[in-house]
Amino acid sequence: MPRGRIVAPSPLPGFGLTFGFTAFFLSAVILLPLAALVIRALEIPPGELLRLLVDERALASYRLSFGAAALAAAINAVFGFVVAWSLVRYDFPGRRLLDTIIDLPFALPTAVSGIALATVFSPSGWLGERLALAGVQVAYTRLGVVVALVLIGLPFVVRAVQPALVEVHRDLEDAAESLGAGGFNVFRRIILPTVLPALATGFTLAFARGIGEYGSIIFISGNLPFETEITPLLIVTRLEQFDYAGAAALGFFMLATSFVMLLAINAVQGWGQRRLGLGVAR
Amino acid sequence: MAAVESIGTRERPMTRGARAARFALLAISFGFLSLLLLAPLGAVLAQAFANGFGGWLSSLADADTIASIRLTLLTAAIVVPVNTLFGIAAAWAIARFEFRGKSLLVTLIDLPLAISPVVAGLVLVFLFGAHGWFGGWLIERGLGVIFAVPGIVLATIFISFPYVARELIPLMQQQGSDDEIAALSLGARPWTTFVRITLPKIRWGLLYGVILCNARVMGEFGAVSVVSGHIRGLTTTMPLQVEILYNEYDFVAAFAVASLLALLAILTLVAKTLVEWRSRSGAR
Repeated sequence: MPRGRIVAPSPLPGFGLTFGFTAFFLSAVILLPLAALVIRALEIPPGELLRLLVDERALASYRLSFGAAALAAAINAVFGFVVAWSLVRYDFPGRRLLDTIIDLPFALPTAVSGIALATVFSPSGWLGERLALAGVQVAYTRLGVVVALVLIGLPFVVRAVQPALVEVHRDLEDAAESLGAGGFNVFRRIILPTVLPALATGFTLAFARGIGEYGSIIFISGNLPFETEITPLLIVTRLEQFDYAGAAALGFFMLATSFVMLLAINAVQGWGQRRLGLGVAR
Repeated sequence: MAAVESIGTRERPMTRGARAARFALLAISFGFLSLLLLAPLGAVLAQAFANGFGGWLSSLADADTIASIRLTLLTAAIVVPVNTLFGIAAAWAIARFEFRGKSLLVTLIDLPLAISPVVAGLVLVFLFGAHGWFGGWLIERGLGVIFAVPGIVLATIFISFPYVARELIPLMQQQGSDDEIAALSLGARPWTTFVRITLPKIRWGLLYGVILCNARVMGEFGAVSVVSGHIRGLTTTMPLQVEILYNEYDFVAAFAVASLLALLAILTLVAKTLVEWRSRSGAR
């Protein structure tokens, strides 16, 4: 692009109109409201803001939101990989259908997932009843939060890993096998290194989504302060108690987390591209 | 492609160990997805029809429920066209031109996907709520945004903002602008060029984005829940109506409304699959 120009010359019309509309709409609908939150939080005296951010109840909610999101993303990294592998490598009746319903958590409203999970896993529900016999309670415990986040995060991992698995060179696998490598070694030395960046991307996307998730969790978690209260719910609670400073502080923290997660997702994707570029020759 | 597929399966001959691994991995996949996806979906239907078809229908005939369906449809009728228009404009600017700050713009468009729905609702409270920047001004004029329909519309625009743009930007970047330049150089007007050249090329991607956007709009819960105030019959959308009924232990009614939303999700997946199939066969 020539120096001093904002836009490169093009024979096409409409840059001013479409860029102007995009920038205006983005500013009005997204950036202005976000600025209102940031300014509201920074109006709180720093000492008070810090107190609101590290208050015991807030800390307990961070531990649950971040911990459950990380655990759920890890579970999805394992099972999501198996599901993606099954869809890419095997032909079986119902493969197309299975491939389609992977996106169900994207399409199903979170409140519906929430009440459905609470019903299935409640002590009198289909699965909850059986798990209760084994002494495991899912509904109204922290485990319930993890289960809800596994549901929400699954498509992120599967959809990230699928295209990467297609890319794995079968001839490398065959070569390794013909040289005597066992199934596990082929997996560890050839498949995993190729798929790892995609797996990391899927994990990060699922984790980021999990931290902010609300609708699918609140019905199954029981919402006990210090026990099963996630950070987004604590924001809602503070708002309902007209504790605007408390809500602003936590909202500010969650917003900052979102920016960090965006940077992390970009970093992971950049790492993956560099890694694949330098790794196995194409 | 079609020829390759018709020759046989994509699987190759397997050793006994590979066959055992195949069986085990498929069993894990089916088991995991059944527990996680099919069991909850089945629970929604079982509970919704617990009192039979008549019970399902009479739950939906409730006046507040009908009002919530109407509000959800109204919200979608406003938000989906607005975000579609935005998506087309953003994709045209981003995919057709090189300009400074483009990657920042793309990142900002994706921002709502990274933000908690609760925070999306919260920011509107600080802007339009009674203690917000414009709250006093609005109250003086008797205009309600928070705890009213405009707040629900704005919250929904916020969270479903990126969906159409995200589908169109990579598609239009990949297609390039040679066809448009050819049409313009032959004397076609800009608007004609867009309607006759660009729109037909992007229609499947556009439809795909609109379907995803609509599903998110109709199903949004967290952001809407913060700004709605849950005023029955007035500011409850379908997902909020599900919550209210569920918290009142009116499970059959809650799941009846939920079954409509589940139906919407299934229709979304079917439409999405059809569009994927159609756009792939159209590309050949």
